[in-house]
Amino acid sequence: MKAGIIVFPGSNCDSDAMHVCQQVMGWDTDYIWHAENQFARKYDLILIPGGFSYGDYLRSGAIARFANIMSAVADHAKGGGYVLGICNGFQILTEANLLPGALLRNNHLQFRCEQVWLKVENADSPFTCAAQEGQLIQVPIAHMDGNYFADKETLEQLQENNQILLRYVDETGLLTAAANPNGAIHNIAGICNEAGNVCGMMPHPERAAEHILGSADGRIIFESILQHWGER
Amino acid sequence: MKTINIDSKVWREMGLSDADYQRICQLLGRQPSYEEIGIFSVMWSEHCSYKHSKPELRKLPTSGQQVIQGPGENAGIVDIGDNQAIVFKMESHNHPSAIEPYQGAATGVGGIVRDVFTMGARPIALLNSLRFGQLDDAHVRYLFSGVVAGIAGYGNCLGIPTVAGEVFFDNSYRGNPLVNAMCVGLVNHQDIRLGAASGVGNAVMLIGAKTGRDGIHGATFASEELSDESESKRPSVQVGDPFMEKLLIEACLELIAAGVVVGMQDLGAAGLTSSSSEMASRENNGIDLDVSKVPLRESGMTPYEIMLSESQERMLVIVEPDRIEEVKAILTKWGLDATVVGRVTDDGHLRVRYQDQVVADIPATLLADEAPVVEAEFKRPAYLDSKQKWQVEDLAQPGDLVQAFIDVLKSPNVASKEWVYRQYDHMVRTNTVVLPGSDAAVIRIKGTTKGVALTADCNPRHVYLDPYEGGKAAVAEAARNVACTGASPLAITNCLNFGNPEKPEIFYTFKEALRGMGEACSALNTPVTGGNVSFYNETNGQAVYPTPSIGMVGLIDNTDNMITSGLKNTGDLILLIGEYGHELGGSEYLATVHNLVAGRPPAVDLNTEKGLQQFLVTAAEQKMLNSAHDISEGGLACCLAEKAIAGKLGVDVNIKLSGKRSDVILFNESHSRVLVSCSPDRLEQVKSLAAQYGMPVYSLGTVGGDRFSLAVNDTTIEVPLVDLSRYWKEAIACCMKPS
Repeated sequence: MKAGIIVFPGSNCDSDAMHVCQQVMGWDTDYIWHAENQFARKYDLILIPGGFSYGDYLRSGAIARFANIMSAVADHAKGGGYVLGICNGFQILTEANLLPGALLRNNHLQFRCEQVWLKVENADSPFTCAAQEGQLIQVPIAHMDGNYFADKETLEQLQENNQILLRYVDETGLLTAAANPNGAIHNIAGICNEAGNVCGMMPHPERAAEHILGSADGRIIFESILQHWGER
Repeated sequence: MKTINIDSKVWREMGLSDADYQRICQLLGRQPSYEEIGIFSVMWSEHCSYKHSKPELRKLPTSGQQVIQGPGENAGIVDIGDNQAIVFKMESHNHPSAIEPYQGAATGVGGIVRDVFTMGARPIALLNSLRFGQLDDAHVRYLFSGVVAGIAGYGNCLGIPTVAGEVFFDNSYRGNPLVNAMCVGLVNHQDIRLGAASGVGNAVMLIGAKTGRDGIHGATFASEELSDESESKRPSVQVGDPFMEKLLIEACLELIAAGVVVGMQDLGAAGLTSSSSEMASRENNGIDLDVSKVPLRESGMTPYEIMLSESQERMLVIVEPDRIEEVKAILTKWGLDATVVGRVTDDGHLRVRYQDQVVADIPATLLADEAPVVEAEFKRPAYLDSKQKWQVEDLAQPGDLVQAFIDVLKSPNVASKEWVYRQYDHMVRTNTVVLPGSDAAVIRIKGTTKGVALTADCNPRHVYLDPYEGGKAAVAEAARNVACTGASPLAITNCLNFGNPEKPEIFYTFKEALRGMGEACSALNTPVTGGNVSFYNETNGQAVYPTPSIGMVGLIDNTDNMITSGLKNTGDLILLIGEYGHELGGSEYLATVHNLVAGRPPAVDLNTEKGLQQFLVTAAEQKMLNSAHDISEGGLACCLAEKAIAGKLGVDVNIKLSGKRSDVILFNESHSRVLVSCSPDRLEQVKSLAAQYGMPVYSLGTVGGDRFSLAVNDTTIEVPLVDLSRYWKEAIACCMKPS
């Protein structure tokens, strides 16, 4: 398994992603600098980490979509390679039109960092196939702009194609307003594209991949990718 | 360039006294230029020169086997073994935050982070120590939410977790909040860099952001009392750009890894002036600057403005001439400016040119080391005697102690600070193994089994009521919080927030608090490695409580042995290590329930304190305890409640002490006491270990169920755990809800 982690100026979860890919999962992993026009070698997974790319002073991810490396990311996605965008990575993927919808400012207008419960809605995707459908996992969030929004038509498509992978729920698995940490429509926390190989999620599975951090539930995302890749 | 006529108005407006001006003329042997007066005025300001505090700071213990770098540098450094070290410092940004809370707090974070990575360290954690007025005041809520958002906005963008700290509310901070930020970094010994301009002929390079007109005379502003006119000083507050700082961190650490940095220092208060003169004077060298080379944000800036600008996110780097291009290449990669603005000379002068014209020429030591030292007068304030006279016998015990308990638990000083820390990214870098809300946070060091325990503490009400005991207690409590996690306390940084030192009563509190601090640091072997003094914290003549914030670092060899505060298992025993205590003076109970700030605050016996901390560290190593939480604000009752809430487990505790008042037992804040829990089969082991360290052990009750049940003599507090949890967790959020 070869993974590449895109580093933009302002990325700040790049080394956390590296730690999980390399140390926890044992993958052959490189950093990829934003200014490059192409990848130095072929990767199975491209990971776009969290952070504040280019400061995100305009709108989260709005500048990063124009980075040189993004055309290589788009080609990789078109060729069926896995792309995982976490937090700022999710924002960038929506800005780059590799995923539908948009991430608006949290409805309470504050940054929010806390553990949340997620329900795996679709356990067939490359990013969730090691989980059971309906499984609850505890993974932290840390964002200001995580309020997922899409128009009615898009939501219907997401629903029909099983593109909604994760939703915010309470610890008993109920989809409640109180369990929604940012106002995301239909409590959506993570989605994939129609082909299923590009995924974006606001929660940080790389922060919940070791027991010492309070939860190792997030590891299932990385294990899913590995399992799917092995079965390919 | 226009010449400016110099009369007394010029130096007075810049904050220099007539005597200061005479001294400058004498030291230079001539009249200073306009630019030189500006340079002296900031360098001799209280903020930069420590002129009132220096004689007292010299009395603090600063050495120890663990200390690699003590005070005098950008930050202190302590050894943590394996060729690794921790770099840390705390600093205030009080005045800017009082008039522009978001930017004031944000740039406070930016400044302290630069102090740490300038030493070559990767910043790994942030802490803060905040004080505000009461939350029923709309202006206080504006300051509180703005400061928290500012810290979040800056720290979160940098990707440095904000992991611990404290927030305290009292009317004395109404117009003058305190915003103290602490940064902690990790460095390998060989990568440590100092802020020294060594190597005559080396290039002086300015890197990072461009220079603008923001923050001119910020250091002087920080050395005055606040008044109703302070709003007009808003232009003295700098504006932060955390993205720029993030780039600067990465670029500087890359420069150090490439081995091209001879010396490095950030541009903080007094900008280019202080960084260049301090770097030169540390090495007894000179620096020759051509300020026409400085990249500017706006045209038409004068040499005076360029030298005094406090534009953020800038660093001064000393580089060997043949490596300038390497520096430029690295900075270009990060999209930042790197410009040679001068060179290191051997004549000891800070010489400032604008192209060919010399506008200032001052021996650097005059600026950095020769500022007038004030032997300040001190006098015991009259309030101390009248406040300390109060005795518990003067107080009637309230009829409803259950309500009193709930009121204390809901007091913003005791209640959960989750409303604050959930706005901070406290998990980024995936090292925070004890999250905010416990006694101290613990950051693991990847690649080792080690962890670093971090806390910031001070109970200013206690310092107000007895500066000596309060100063001692701030250090003792910080060390105790570190020891509660199982870590050994290593060293402290401090941020000393006081009123106007020219007032003898204020200076007395400063002197006494430092005396107490110093004694505690010596006894607990936690030397002072640096810090910051913030005087003139007064609004319209009214001073804040004397507030010496302590930032403490501790080390735990194996994070598997860590202890957290919450209860763990049903059936565990709850033990009090230490005495039941009796000191109610200065307690949160008196303030909240009786609206009274009076009495003698609890006194620390440093021998007992040391014994307790050694017990905690050893008990952790031997895995005897399942939880530990220090008894502080709110006394034993709130300590027990916090343990139950954190562990989501009920308690059944029964205390019978004949002849003692229930409120005293529940709420006294006597020191050197910890509530722990352990499995019943460990009880004898815990008792015998505690006996070795001279600590009494009292068995109070058991863990289990869904009720919080605490009986003391004839008083019984019985509350469902879910309600208890709600009172404690939602108190601050409730105060902040839009009405």
